[in-house]
Amino acid sequence: MSFVEYGDTIKDGDTAIVFLGHESMFPVKVQHGTVTQTKYGVIRHSTDLIGKKYGSKVTCSKGGWVFILHPTPELWTMNLPHRTQILYSTDISVITMMLELKPGSIVCESGTGSGSLSHALIRTVAPTGHLYTVEFHQQRAQKAREEFQEHGVEHLVTVTNQDVCKNGFGVSNIADAVFLDIPSPWEAIGHAKSALKAEGGRICSFSPCIEQVQRTCLAMEEYGFTEINTLEILLRVYNVRTISLQIPDLGKAAEDNSSTGFDSSSPSHQASPCANPQQGTVQFKSGVPLREVVGHTGYLTFATKS
Amino acid sequence: ECFKNHSLLCYFRKITFEKQWFYLDNAIGHIYGTTFEVTSGGNLQPKQEVEEAATETKEAGTDNRNIVDDGKSQKLTHDDIKALKDKGIKGQEIVQQLIENSTTFRDKTEFAQDKYIKKKKKKYEAVVTIVKPSTRILSTMYYAREPGKINHLRYDTLAQMLTLGNIHAGNKMIVMETCAGLVLGAVMERMGGYGSIIQMYPGGGPVRAATSCFGFPKAFFDNLHEFPLSKVQSLLSGTFSTETLPAEPEESALLKEESNGLSEDKQQETEEEPAAEAPMEVNPAEEQDTMDMNAEDVEFKENKEKENKENVREKQIKQWERRKKLQEAAALLRERNADGLIVASKFHPTPLLLSLLEFVAPSRPFVVYCQYKEPLLECYTKLRERGGVINLKLSESWLRNYQVLPDRSHPKLTMSGGGGYLLSGITVLWERDKAGCTNPEALKVEEPSSKRCKLQDLPC
Repeated sequence: MSFVEYGDTIKDGDTAIVFLGHESMFPVKVQHGTVTQTKYGVIRHSTDLIGKKYGSKVTCSKGGWVFILHPTPELWTMNLPHRTQILYSTDISVITMMLELKPGSIVCESGTGSGSLSHALIRTVAPTGHLYTVEFHQQRAQKAREEFQEHGVEHLVTVTNQDVCKNGFGVSNIADAVFLDIPSPWEAIGHAKSALKAEGGRICSFSPCIEQVQRTCLAMEEYGFTEINTLEILLRVYNVRTISLQIPDLGKAAEDNSSTGFDSSSPSHQASPCANPQQGTVQFKSGVPLREVVGHTGYLTFATKS
Repeated sequence: ECFKNHSLLCYFRKITFEKQWFYLDNAIGHIYGTTFEVTSGGNLQPKQEVEEAATETKEAGTDNRNIVDDGKSQKLTHDDIKALKDKGIKGQEIVQQLIENSTTFRDKTEFAQDKYIKKKKKKYEAVVTIVKPSTRILSTMYYAREPGKINHLRYDTLAQMLTLGNIHAGNKMIVMETCAGLVLGAVMERMGGYGSIIQMYPGGGPVRAATSCFGFPKAFFDNLHEFPLSKVQSLLSGTFSTETLPAEPEESALLKEESNGLSEDKQQETEEEPAAEAPMEVNPAEEQDTMDMNAEDVEFKENKEKENKENVREKQIKQWERRKKLQEAAALLRERNADGLIVASKFHPTPLLLSLLEFVAPSRPFVVYCQYKEPLLECYTKLRERGGVINLKLSESWLRNYQVLPDRSHPKLTMSGGGGYLLSGITVLWERDKAGCTNPEALKVEEPSSKRCKLQDLPC
């Protein structure tokens, strides 16, 4: 296992994801002799995990069972220990594409934070690219280094503990892309420009507030960046439900609103083979939005150095 | 709109683009991102950075209370402007003339003046920036210019697919798309030539018009395989090789192993689905589309074959090579250990998923795109019934662009609905005989058919 290479079987030292059910999962470090407690009972690593295939169903001590999944940056994002606010996969997707990242890309990032984006960046630029990530918080930088090591990607990333606004990324003229997620990105635009390759590259800055975006855009313009573009991306998740709506009684004879007339013409009924069980209802499938959704994460400002 | 100044074609011939024509010869040797001016002879000239001396007279009004639209504020007539253009006068000079001859320009607010200049520049200053192709550029361009050819797959949705699918170097991916090869190209870019891709195609051959725009090195195509969708069922049931090549010895051995896969009736069920459940209203138009594409393709192949009519041997060699490639793709699929599945097509997703997931290893992501939500609702239900998948998620992304200018920041446009929907999930090891009931989530499934599964599960 590694975050940049699929493996078939679970090995000692792997980070695996224990999937308990709907949106409920957690990461586990696989170690001989270790046990993990779940609500379905105990998982014994030596016998229950090591040597099994990823994607296997593992029966726990109380008879309940879980799935063990191969780690991916996306699963890690959903399960990582938060040391800061993190970026989620929806924003990460757009950042990765708009920065034109691919195997071999050299990327600069600051701050490292909890490493949510870092893992996704490393995945994308492997095996020949590299991530230079800068984190001014000493403990966070150290924790990130440890995680990269545990996840088998330390050869693809360099963590530097310094202030990007004052000292930059510690590299110059080598990056294809720069990503900024710091409180005052406008102070780092100059450093970003010098980190990027002489022939050009892409930059992205993530900021929650429009005032930050304003200042960043001005700084980008000042440093000669072109194609400056700000956007926002939101995810809408739908629950798939079968809904039954009651047919109102308008005083007609019972056979009139039975399934013959109304229901056979309803197209949703062809899709769901279940005939309406109760009289006087119509069933259909719907994608129901969640009751509460993320309304704002941050603005993403992209630009090109050319 | 955003691609007015972007040209992606790099052939050395006359290019027509946005009502202009020019030759690209002069662009050679310049770095990507260079902006050129189009001269009267259709030549490109690197644009010099001009100082914005245009508005020296920093005179501006504060509001528009006295500005009346009488249609006479511009003193230059259409003919005057045309004459200026015909004389080959530079765009920026025409814009300057327009400003000088506008009686209301000085009364406009500073912001309105800014806007006026921007608008005129866009119209009269013929500038072209030549940029390097990428998924970003091509997917934005296709969505703006040819959304119908990519099933209205918006670029942010494509971005989600690449991430949800964990596309990266070294993967063995299965891609089924009818998006002109754009999705394939995006996957190829993310894999950087490492790993392999098996493209499943309908009809006579895969469409890769957009793929070729990426300008990938030849090596990227070494591990790109293709396999016809129409042979999927025979591959799954183990009858594949009999109708194609005289099978090699080890080939038939492989086949035997595979034949104890799916039961017959299950396959028939999936085979019948597209016809029975595809929405009738969209079918005729889309079928037409397929036929056009296939006709082109077939014609192309026929012509090629005509050339070789005399040389039967050469033809045989070609055929043999094609069959060999087909066998290679079939062998890769038979391993049933793909690292992911990406589907983005005009077809109903359910039968595609139910069949193609058979080729994917456990604990791997899959992502299905559909322009419409309803087929994905059904697909979701069918996958739950089938089992072997977890973490199913139906989603849609919303994209909002912003204008960011001093004191003038606001959202530009909201793009909701038009970007399509995604159904994603993760495969798991799956005990076939107890299919559909191995998942704690499945117990909550709304379908009555899941009860049947529960009953089967009881003895164990």
